[in-house]
Amino acid sequence: MANLIVIAEQRDGALRETTLEAIAGLKSIKQDGDELAVAIVAGDPQAHVQALSVEGVDEVIAVKASDDFQPDQLEAVIAALGQERKPRVIAAAHGVDAWSYIPAAAVKLDSGLATDVMKLALDGDDLVATRAGYAEKVLVDLDFPGKDTVLLTIRGGTFEPAGGSGSPKVTEMNAPETDVATTHEGWQPPADSGGIDIPGSEFIMSIGRGVADEANVEQFLELAESMGATLGCSRPIADNGWLPKARQVGQSGQLAASCKLYVAMGISGSVQHQWGMKHVENIVAVNTDPEASIFSIARYGIVGDMFEIAEELENHF
Amino acid sequence: MKILVPVKQVAALDDEFEMRDDGRDVDEDFFETDLNEFDHYSVEEALLIKEAAGDEPEVVVVTIGNEDTDDALRTALAKGADRGIRVWDDALENADSVTVAKVLAKVVEKEKPDMVFTGAQSADFSSAVTGMALAGILGWPHAAVVNKLDYKPGADRATLHRELEGGLEEIMTVRCPAVLSIQLGINEPRYASLRGIKQAQQKQVDELSLDDLGLDEGSVAPASNVRRMYVPEKGQAELIEGTPAEQAARLAEIIKELRG
Repeated sequence: MANLIVIAEQRDGALRETTLEAIAGLKSIKQDGDELAVAIVAGDPQAHVQALSVEGVDEVIAVKASDDFQPDQLEAVIAALGQERKPRVIAAAHGVDAWSYIPAAAVKLDSGLATDVMKLALDGDDLVATRAGYAEKVLVDLDFPGKDTVLLTIRGGTFEPAGGSGSPKVTEMNAPETDVATTHEGWQPPADSGGIDIPGSEFIMSIGRGVADEANVEQFLELAESMGATLGCSRPIADNGWLPKARQVGQSGQLAASCKLYVAMGISGSVQHQWGMKHVENIVAVNTDPEASIFSIARYGIVGDMFEIAEELENHF
Repeated sequence: MKILVPVKQVAALDDEFEMRDDGRDVDEDFFETDLNEFDHYSVEEALLIKEAAGDEPEVVVVTIGNEDTDDALRTALAKGADRGIRVWDDALENADSVTVAKVLAKVVEKEKPDMVFTGAQSADFSSAVTGMALAGILGWPHAAVVNKLDYKPGADRATLHRELEGGLEEIMTVRCPAVLSIQLGINEPRYASLRGIKQAQQKQVDELSLDDLGLDEGSVAPASNVRRMYVPEKGQAELIEGTPAEQAARLAEIIKELRG
């Protein structure tokens, strides 16, 4: 019996890479004798078996359904897996899809639940999941008294994606008959970037809430240009329409994939923003708040006023 | 017609906060409380639907919390919500998101709204659980992280966009009534006017106990238990000290060295 189950995620038929991080998360608590299964719900689940046959995976459960994202269908699959297999843990990547179906699945199973988990451990028979609280200022260790099954979502970028190769057995599972209340109508791709290339830029200077007013944005555009940087921004700046969405770095914006130097000015460093840039080797944070979480991932920090620093920087370029 | 909007009073921490004696939470003396940022957007979305339909449906805001959380309700009422509900019982002291969802489900049964809007997550714990757990308990259609919504009161379907990773959006229709979790940026939340703040003091806020909702302590068990809460060891940035001119000069050196 598989006692650890990962729900793989696909979007429009393409496997989501974060699935491999969720597998790695459960591998971190896999004991001798445990079996780790991965369930994939898709139009052609067999097409994903190869990519899911990584080290540590003992079984792939192929559930033929639609490629459309249907939370009701995923919840029914989890309910069936929970009842038939009584797994210890069912986990998915902490992303927008999982937000929709994991909490609903957890209450239907009356399971334990922890989301955005960054560390897992076993303390005797107890599963202990660690997540953040109070806007990342504290950590919380959670356990799940009296719960035979626990549902988890695993934070991206915390576990090295599972790799290597394995030869899991493949089990086919019929999709439970489900009343699906949502209908996929189409996709809206990211707005035209207008030539702004955050993913391709090696040097990015980003501005956040600290810029305070739309009238203050222009000077940072000019400074970025004179330094040879691409100007990026955090979510509120794009939401306000002060800069185009193509400049937004973070989970619902762009990943600074090629960036080698990232100067964050007036950005506190939310998890969603860090998603887009925390991998950058050289991060410089300029912020008036010495407690801002951006300083915990930055290589260099300046506790100071972004406008004063910007004005002085202009003299050097 | 009615839209129910659950809201949360969230806590931010003072710079120099201390843990509670039992080590399972921060001492509440160090809390700075406010209405959850995401809830400004869910309240606004309900008000926009109300106004577009000619002052219909009724917008009811609800929170689970002790009397201190009246502030969050009054903020939502001052923006234009019609009525408030606050549920509290000492048994809810350690409530997690699933517990809150169980209580909200009873409020939904009582109020029979046509739609429920929650924030996509709370600014303090970011669990992103309450709304969709509520949908699971009710067995209602649901969608999370909605950043565009087309819904007319009484319609049997709503069209929405889900904001996905990397700037992609999915266009989806959902059967109504539904529970939707609302993302930042879906609208521009209004500020309460002075008149609105004054009027909010006169608006009705029903205070309910677990008993009023037919719940007992045993039926609100959380889905997780806090073992301990602690301050993480953080990475430490190398601080560049000096006057702004000196700091900027060093930053310029770093930039010139690293940008290649």
